[in-house]
Amino acid sequence: MADLHRFANPTRFLKLAGIIQPWALAVFLLSITVGLYMAFFTAPADYQQGESARIMYVHVPAAWMAMFCYTVMAVASAVSLIWKHPLADVSARATAPIGAAFTFLSLATGSLWGKPMWGTWWVWDARLTSVLVLLFLYIGYMALQGAFDDRVRAAKASAILALVGFVNVPIIKFSVDWWNTLHQPASVIKMGGSSIHPSMLWPLLIMAIAFKAYYVWVLMVRMRQELVANKVRILRLKQVHGG
Amino acid sequence: MNEFLEMGGYAAFVWPAYGLSAGVLVVIAWLSIRDLKNTQNTFEKLSGEKEKSK
Repeated sequence: MADLHRFANPTRFLKLAGIIQPWALAVFLLSITVGLYMAFFTAPADYQQGESARIMYVHVPAAWMAMFCYTVMAVASAVSLIWKHPLADVSARATAPIGAAFTFLSLATGSLWGKPMWGTWWVWDARLTSVLVLLFLYIGYMALQGAFDDRVRAAKASAILALVGFVNVPIIKFSVDWWNTLHQPASVIKMGGSSIHPSMLWPLLIMAIAFKAYYVWVLMVRMRQELVANKVRILRLKQVHGG
Repeated sequence: MNEFLEMGGYAAFVWPAYGLSAGVLVVIAWLSIRDLKNTQNTFEKLSGEKEKSK
């Protein structure tokens, strides 16, 4: 526990964030440039789906990030509930809007892919529906965080929501195996190795790195904002109480 | 060049997918940086006032 609480010290964290932030931005800019170049110029068109398959290079990384951010939020919420680690709630709060944005993007880009390939913008298929539920969980989490004047109660209530909602993450992952879905099954991460050709796998992985670096960069900005906002709240309280 | 922009007839789906993604990522980053700057300004103002009142 002593080790964990060393990082709970906001001054220490701010120092670390100051180092991580420019690196994350640099990794993002580099990988998004390489990733986009490969997605449009080196990756071939799909033999069945033609050029529309290029939507995959934003759709799949966005969907991975949607689940990754929720997992981060759930783990941080558990740490916040169990150990009352002050940075845990801050990181979960800061993650929620980024995760919601990626979830929205995975739905929107999927829809733009579905229209020409499936002939419809939307179907109530298990994969699509469970991702829509994920978007609602993010929105509910953010609403709950904002619904309390007392930050401790807000943290507790929203952490419980994040943990209960985590049951949806494996449902999303395995929805394509458990039910007959229009959505295609996993092809990158599966038993017996990836079934996607390297010429398509590489741009996909580089775009995934780009999105992850973007998340780390924006997370650092948002966490720093939360910590300064905490200081502002303390100063205002002191003013009210004539301190 | 035109052939590239046409995306094999899927331009109406491919470009909006990339445009929307770029738009959302830029907006989230911009809002986050703006919030940080605003909060930092408020903090400096408040701590400045406190110094003066001492």
